[in-house]
Amino acid sequence: MSEDYKSMWESLGLDLGAHDALLEVLGKGYQDIYLAQKDRPEGMSYFDFVMSEVHGLRIKELMDEKAAGRKVIGSFCVFVPEEIVRAADATFVGLCAGADFATEEVEKLLPRNTCSLIKSAFGFNLGKVCPYIESADMIVGENTCDGKKKSYETLKNLVPNLYVMDLPQMKSDEGKALLKAEYLRFKEAVEKLTSITIDAERLKKGIEIVNNKRKAIHRLAGLRKADPSPISGLDALLANQVFFYDNPVRFTESVNKICDELETRIEKGEGVFPKGTPRILLSGCPMAVPNWKLPWIIETSGAVIVGEESCVGERGTRNLTDDTGNTVEELMEGIVDRYFKVDCAIFTPNPDRLDHIVEMAKTYKADGVIHYGLQFCQPYLMEAMPVEKALEEKNIPCLRIETDYSMEDVGQLKTRVEAFVELIK
Amino acid sequence: MRYAGIDIGSRTIELVVLRDGEIIETKQADSGFDPMAQAKELLDGVKHDRIMATGYGRHLFELSLDAPTVTEIKAYAVGARFLFSDVRTILDIGGQDSKAIVVNDNGRVIKFEMNDRCAAGTGKFLEIMANTLGYSLDQFGVEALKSKRDIQISSMCTVFAESEVTSLVSRGESRQDIAMGLHRSVVRRAASMLKRVCVKEPVLFAGGVARNDCMLHLLQEALKKKILVPKDPQMVGALGAALLAGKKDCYCHGSLPEKA
Repeated sequence: MSEDYKSMWESLGLDLGAHDALLEVLGKGYQDIYLAQKDRPEGMSYFDFVMSEVHGLRIKELMDEKAAGRKVIGSFCVFVPEEIVRAADATFVGLCAGADFATEEVEKLLPRNTCSLIKSAFGFNLGKVCPYIESADMIVGENTCDGKKKSYETLKNLVPNLYVMDLPQMKSDEGKALLKAEYLRFKEAVEKLTSITIDAERLKKGIEIVNNKRKAIHRLAGLRKADPSPISGLDALLANQVFFYDNPVRFTESVNKICDELETRIEKGEGVFPKGTPRILLSGCPMAVPNWKLPWIIETSGAVIVGEESCVGERGTRNLTDDTGNTVEELMEGIVDRYFKVDCAIFTPNPDRLDHIVEMAKTYKADGVIHYGLQFCQPYLMEAMPVEKALEEKNIPCLRIETDYSMEDVGQLKTRVEAFVELIK
Repeated sequence: MRYAGIDIGSRTIELVVLRDGEIIETKQADSGFDPMAQAKELLDGVKHDRIMATGYGRHLFELSLDAPTVTEIKAYAVGARFLFSDVRTILDIGGQDSKAIVVNDNGRVIKFEMNDRCAAGTGKFLEIMANTLGYSLDQFGVEALKSKRDIQISSMCTVFAESEVTSLVSRGESRQDIAMGLHRSVVRRAASMLKRVCVKEPVLFAGGVARNDCMLHLLQEALKKKILVPKDPQMVGALGAALLAGKKDCYCHGSLPEKA
């Protein structure tokens, strides 16, 4: 990244020394994990560029948008409806982070046995290394798991613009009514922030932008059914991660361009790994940039990842929003319907997720499922057991992994993943 | 053809050489601080046509000698079935980790569990505890079997267990009773890991810790199942690797080069 960004980072209040250190680690990790892969699609060069400029050019774009009067809204969860944000000409960015940072400082505010995802968001904030947090005009927290819910009480003291959205825990009529009430309240908050009244036309446009982004991701996912897989799981994960940061229209075009290339590859029978390489479905907690540890271990152990049952993956992008309504009310109803189907583990009971995992394993012709649970993430770790049981009933092998962002267990994980690959081969 | 298997563990390295399906040579060395140098020394003068590596140091070996590798899990399963053809469950407690492996009727691994991260409940734990009580590793199990009173040791963490032992000693508890309590705590952990994979009989107990009679006794008591222990429990992984080196079509990580 060029020197030009220094003053921008400074004006955002970043700690330049710490930020440089972070970028260095990120760059090195990207080099070792991403650029070291063989036979990547040429279209991935777009994502290489995005990643190299993730704290540079992209932030400059956000700054330019802000200068033009547009707002930036940050979120930690796929339950925050991006359609509403886009309808108010605001920019939506994901704030979840995938690396340990300033852990000592974090542990002054949060218990040690808090999951890495939450700690990381705090660490990036306390360490003043995340330009996305600093540039956000509104940060949306949401009541999903207890860890996030309670940590927002603390985060409220650290950021000036936290908005907390309540979420249901059961898929009942009452739950849906709560979601609807919360989305209407959020719409009002966004309207107030942006001074824009969201009418039906705007909402339709917002839905269209986000649906197009999802359609491109669905197309990418569909191409991974091929054997040999035309794209690595790491690269597909990256596309799903960048989903949360990039300009949505440009993102959609770039993913579609890669899909064109992948279709040609499939026609020629070309892939990133040989035909017959064991195929893995990853299921569980979301993986935010730069949390590439487990996919990297899997794809350097003789297997290829063919799908992600995750918020950063199919759970987050699964259904399109119905855009056939003509009034704000009808369109909002479509948004509520779409998000209410998200099968997050905070819901109880949550049988849809088990069905989706089995269905995805079949659709993507996975030989086995690796369930990834973040240490201390109760909802997903608890569900890991019924997931394993449901898969075993269908004779689909399952390996349950519990880990965090640290690298100390890489050796152990490698042995377990390799042994699992030997088992499914 | 001579096929060799080398198991580079955290504490020891084992080497097995097979000719026409028979073990013709076994060797062992400490892993020390430079396991690759130790492994090379162990191989010095050992004739073999093909070699396969397993264990914690397998990737180092793969890089340095361009040998194919296999995980300890598959290696132990294959080695165990060679020794006892009807084995269905394998418990391996090694220096730094422990594993429970279940195979189907054909010997294929169908499920496994491994301890994560720390060395709680492994050979290393027993070694440090023996040391704390002033026993040699060989004495440790023998003395524990002489215990007359049950003592509960609740800490599985090596560091906490050490201070727990110290406080039991200062309370005047006998060394033998404390030793028994420590063995029991390791067996509790191993048994729960075995139960997670659904133990099927017969069970084979392998790895260095299988040499400890007290462990075997307690494990039999906890599982109420028939438990087999091979003559050389530490060699099972290297044996499995040697057997796999002899199979051309076997799936493993890396290539299977023919040695001149």
